[in-house]
Amino acid sequence: MAGSAKSFLGKLGVDSRLLGMIGALVVLWVLFDLITGGRFLTPRNLFNLSVQTASVAVMATGMVFVIVTRHIDLSVGSLLGFIGMSVAALQVHVLPEIVGLGHWSIWVVAALAAVLMGAVIGAFQGWIIGYLTVPAFIVTLGGFLVYRGAMWWVTHGQTVAPLDSSFRLMGGGADGTLGETLSWGFGVFASLVALFLIVASRRRKTKHGFSVKPVWAEGILMALAVGLVIGFVWVMNSYKIAKGALPRIAEARGVEMVDGLVLNHGVAIPVIILLVVTVVMTVISTRTRFGRYIYATGGNPEAAELSGINTRLLTVKIFALMGALTGISAVIASARLGAVDVGLGTLDELRVIAAAVIGGTALSGGFGTIYGAVIGALIMQSLQSGMASVGVDAPLQSIVVGIVLVFAVWVDIVYRRKTGA
Amino acid sequence: MSAKSPLVEMKHMSIAFGGIHAVDDVSVELYPGEVVGLLGHNGAGKSTLIKMLSGAYAADSGEIYINGERAVINNPREARSYNIETIYQTLALADNLDAASNLFLGRELVTSIGTVDDDAMEAETRKIMARLNPNFRKFSEPVSALSGGQRQSVAIARAVYFNARILIMDEPTAALGPHETQMVSELIKQLKAEGIGIFLISHDVHDVMDLCDRASVMKNGKLVGTVDIDDVSDDELLSMIILGKRPGEAVPES
Repeated sequence: MAGSAKSFLGKLGVDSRLLGMIGALVVLWVLFDLITGGRFLTPRNLFNLSVQTASVAVMATGMVFVIVTRHIDLSVGSLLGFIGMSVAALQVHVLPEIVGLGHWSIWVVAALAAVLMGAVIGAFQGWIIGYLTVPAFIVTLGGFLVYRGAMWWVTHGQTVAPLDSSFRLMGGGADGTLGETLSWGFGVFASLVALFLIVASRRRKTKHGFSVKPVWAEGILMALAVGLVIGFVWVMNSYKIAKGALPRIAEARGVEMVDGLVLNHGVAIPVIILLVVTVVMTVISTRTRFGRYIYATGGNPEAAELSGINTRLLTVKIFALMGALTGISAVIASARLGAVDVGLGTLDELRVIAAAVIGGTALSGGFGTIYGAVIGALIMQSLQSGMASVGVDAPLQSIVVGIVLVFAVWVDIVYRRKTGA
Repeated sequence: MSAKSPLVEMKHMSIAFGGIHAVDDVSVELYPGEVVGLLGHNGAGKSTLIKMLSGAYAADSGEIYINGERAVINNPREARSYNIETIYQTLALADNLDAASNLFLGRELVTSIGTVDDDAMEAETRKIMARLNPNFRKFSEPVSALSGGQRQSVAIARAVYFNARILIMDEPTAALGPHETQMVSELIKQLKAEGIGIFLISHDVHDVMDLCDRASVMKNGKLVGTVDIDDVSDDELLSMIILGKRPGEAVPES
């Protein structure tokens, strides 16, 4: 029985580690749903979970590259705070003076500034690590302190609020979603892309005369991909907008406000940002030379250098990318709260590292996947949200998360030893 | 041999690490279709000398000529641009990547939109492996899952695939069984017949006697001497390595 299940999965070509993570996630969800008497697996909670995961998950995809090349970045939480505060000050105190309050360009300029600021600071850290050969642990530990301090100086500790209303859409909430129709459109589009990719990969393999999966296996994979996407959209489209917000949302979506009107949320914009980041980062990691060199350098730095790879410049690029992603996360996190105080991003570096590591990224270098890190972030967030909804005290939450982190890495080590990877 | 111009000339090469003269004023040359053995104890400076040719180390002083023209080699990329390929003793493989990714590392085949073309690289890898090691099957597994001989054939394939004119082999048979050692010997003879010049680093005198045309012996970073293999016996070569003197020479004082 176990043997036939194994060969079935083998033919599907699904990574057993991926299955393990999804299994853990499903167990967590079902467990919390049972304990809370059905309050966990509701459209409302899943919508909030997806939004809360986005910021950490975006950074976790970048942390994969950092850890794969045997580095670490302890500064992302502080950097997120520094960028969030700077961009908040930019859109509240600076830009309105130039283009006028509520101008459409404010959110664009603010978002671009966040990404650019992250990339430049990240590149500078990468330069110190790659060219001056100061260990990443030390450089980013320094950054951890520097950016948290720098954040304070931006406004002398004052909270900046309220953020630009268009900018806030990137944080999710009742306003910050695609709406029902666009969400369905997105679901159909994403499904078609998934189907196309599976077919194209099969064609390419056949052209070179490599063995391909049986047709039924491809069929199951296609059904799974489409089912997952459409199911997700369906759940998001089942979360009703609260009565109080109804008139505002109806106006924003151009729907006439009548009695008995029902509007649903749809997929949140930060989740769309996360999905785009995930796809782009996956393409970088598996389909570009840059990605190939990251894994080669992580596997054997000396071999990478002897193959003509400029590993120093590679380090600069990796940290610049990590910084740019931190910029994106800073936008999501600050937009979600609608205000920035000096605590923004505190402890995020540890959540991000934990997400990447739970997602199967090896600290010894060379191994780690983007989707793993995203699922890792989702597991972490599910654990935290779940315990909160069960009513576990905050200190006990920390204790559980800490134990789960160590346990997950131990399981990963045993798994690696067993599979010889 | 003297009619042809040398493929490689390394003149007065020196390099020091923290005051230790790892290579001290060594000159060697290599002709097309010739195998030159580099012999010496561990730490004699053979690998270091050759790493200045493969671009892994930049020389402190000395000049390299390729086909009679001055060549500047500061990194592995520049060495590759002169068609110098190296099989390192450590093999220099990224253990977490598969054979094709290792073979094309730094020189990936790309599609028309610039993404790496894994399928095309695997197809090419299958072709060259069919020639070098027909029993090779593990194309989609990381090279950490391969045996010593299979790993060696990946490293050899990498050097051979890109049309090397100058091939450096650092202890190519050190980790191999008898059958695979035989395979490497055949390959060396075949490449030699194609006019490729080969530096063969070894501390096995018998390998060198079998495969090489000439041998340069090093000791303590200095060149003891270069001899034609036909002019010396095993014992004479061995005494050059151990005593650091040419046949018929008195033991130098040191």
